Amino acid sequence: MFGYMGKLLRVNLTTSDIKIEDLDFEMAKKFVGGRGLGTKILMDEIDPTIDALSPENKIIFINGPMSGTPTPTGGRYMVVTKSPLSGTIASSNSGGTWGARLKYAGFDGIIVEGKSEKPVYLEINESNIQIKDASNVWGKYVSETTDILAKPGNNVLTIGPAGEKLSKMAAIMNEKDRAAGRSGVGAVMGSKNLKAIVTSGKLKPELANAEELKVVVKDANKKIRENGVTGQGLPTYGTAVLVNIINANGIMPVNNFQEGVFEHAEDISGETLAEKYLVRKDPCHRCPIGCGRYCKTDKVEGGGPEYETIWAFGSDCGVKDLEKVIEANYWCNQLGLDTISAGSTLAAAMELYEQGDITDADFDGVKLEFGNEDSIVHWTKKMGLREDFGDKLADGSYRLCESYGKPELSMSVKKLEIPAYDPRGVQGHGLQYATSNRGGCHVRGYMISPEILALPEKLERLELDGKEVWVKIFQDLTAFIDSSGLCLFTSFAIGAQEYADMFNSIVGTNWTADDVLKAGERIYNLEKQFNIAAGITPEEDTLPPRLLNDPMPSGPTEGHVHHLDKLLPKYYEVRGWDETGAPTPEKLKELGL
Amino acid sequence: MKINVKLFATFRIGRGKIVYLDYYEGMTVKNIIDELGIKKEEIAIIIVGPHDGTPEKMLTFKVEPNMTVHLFPPVAGG
Repeated sequence: MFGYMGKLLRVNLTTSDIKIEDLDFEMAKKFVGGRGLGTKILMDEIDPTIDALSPENKIIFINGPMSGTPTPTGGRYMVVTKSPLSGTIASSNSGGTWGARLKYAGFDGIIVEGKSEKPVYLEINESNIQIKDASNVWGKYVSETTDILAKPGNNVLTIGPAGEKLSKMAAIMNEKDRAAGRSGVGAVMGSKNLKAIVTSGKLKPELANAEELKVVVKDANKKIRENGVTGQGLPTYGTAVLVNIINANGIMPVNNFQEGVFEHAEDISGETLAEKYLVRKDPCHRCPIGCGRYCKTDKVEGGGPEYETIWAFGSDCGVKDLEKVIEANYWCNQLGLDTISAGSTLAAAMELYEQGDITDADFDGVKLEFGNEDSIVHWTKKMGLREDFGDKLADGSYRLCESYGKPELSMSVKKLEIPAYDPRGVQGHGLQYATSNRGGCHVRGYMISPEILALPEKLERLELDGKEVWVKIFQDLTAFIDSSGLCLFTSFAIGAQEYADMFNSIVGTNWTADDVLKAGERIYNLEKQFNIAAGITPEEDTLPPRLLNDPMPSGPTEGHVHHLDKLLPKYYEVRGWDETGAPTPEKLKELGL
Repeated sequence: MKINVKLFATFRIGRGKIVYLDYYEGMTVKNIIDELGIKKEEIAIIIVGPHDGTPEKMLTFKVEPNMTVHLFPPVAGG
């Protein structure tokens, strides 16, 4: 078996049983690994209708065949489970080194089931797997926990207090500031009383053709280094380089998506971040790009912030103070909170305050008011700790807004907060938000690439024609990349053929670019099947009403709404799904599902 | 009458964040980048008001007095 370690670790926290199982190689290839294989295992083993925070849910930490190999960015892993935030499939991706280290410990994945009576953590290496008492780290911040559990040669994955307190926005953190951020996966760990997983080891996967891999990796690295985005823009400025171009297009959400141009964009831009606060680049395992930032202010220092974080706590909350945004990011990392959902939830609370639904009596003197710089730090801490009004914030914007009878003020799809691009000015990207299998997510098919950044070519951002085809291709390719163990950002420089070449050299297959896309399509359809079985309705393939009905008030996107009604039927048709968005029997047969 | 040219990312090196050029009749984006010493091949995206595109589309765009032109080298994120 090439590429894979051939072993899955199964840990039952109710019974303390530990089993090592053989990986089904044919099934692994069919679903690639990571996101695809994790979904297949979850689909086979749980009833999708269960409560995501019950012991019946399982949580799978799984890497791909390219994780832990010499491929560029090959250090990533996926967390696959049922989401407590959205009720959909959750597959949350993280970089750093932990994913590669899991492979070096000898495993393709860990399936955790049941619930421990007391807080525990797992310690895993080539020869020893232990369930250990976590009472000395329970309640501690992510950096403290990591420092206590870290030893030379190991890597620590942990939840923070937000996960312990079952915040539906809780992230899973590794190496202190890398996050499997979205969908509330940290709460699933918390619900099982599982605080951390520590991995170490020096095993390596066997490669089908190591010499051929050297050649294709050299070619991929060359393309990545010579590409303007991956060779210069991202390494120099990080993802926050997007602030100005998104703003200049009038699609930078401001004050909970009430506007699309932020007059203080320059103050929170990647350029300003690099000039004032950047200490150094902070690359992930084997990454030739190095978009990660390590920043410092007078008060805090650590990893980040990313573009999405800067938008969520910055323009979406009307905040122009980048130091405060960096501080909010720091507390999200310490508490283990998804920065997108956390910032967007604060923005929703600010609009509820603006409309008089939340009042001064709800606060402790620090008002959640658009532009209040201190509030984003103050309430992020309270949200992560479920203190005072923070308890109400901790389950995300949808549940917050619904409790005031105004769910429409939650800028979310399937209860997952949508990221930093207003769909009214990027029609394909809006379609992708509405149809993403984990809810409002930008990295299930990043249509900003062609619609804004001219990658691989420039599409007119407001046009509708043909966008359904682009969205499908981007979603399918992304599903493969997420399953392979590589970073999505490699796709700014390389394409399906390069992924096929690397996969073949590692796994021993003879796949074409079309096979890569077909595998991605299979995974996408499997996720959709999970969601349908979980009770997600066709009506949930939509966008917040504001984006469909209220024209953008000003700026370069002025006067536009999102035309989902026109795009969605075409998308279902291109996917081979029926009018309710369900895969047809013919499509499932074609994909071997 | 002026044209405001906003520069981003690496285009700022040696040029600053914003450059003000004198407007003249018939002035195009091509004239602007020539004046700034930026090669077409270095540019990924040009934005003028609601119009955006690659140099192939935007270089012939005729600017008007007091317009703001945004010039971006290759950038991305997510």
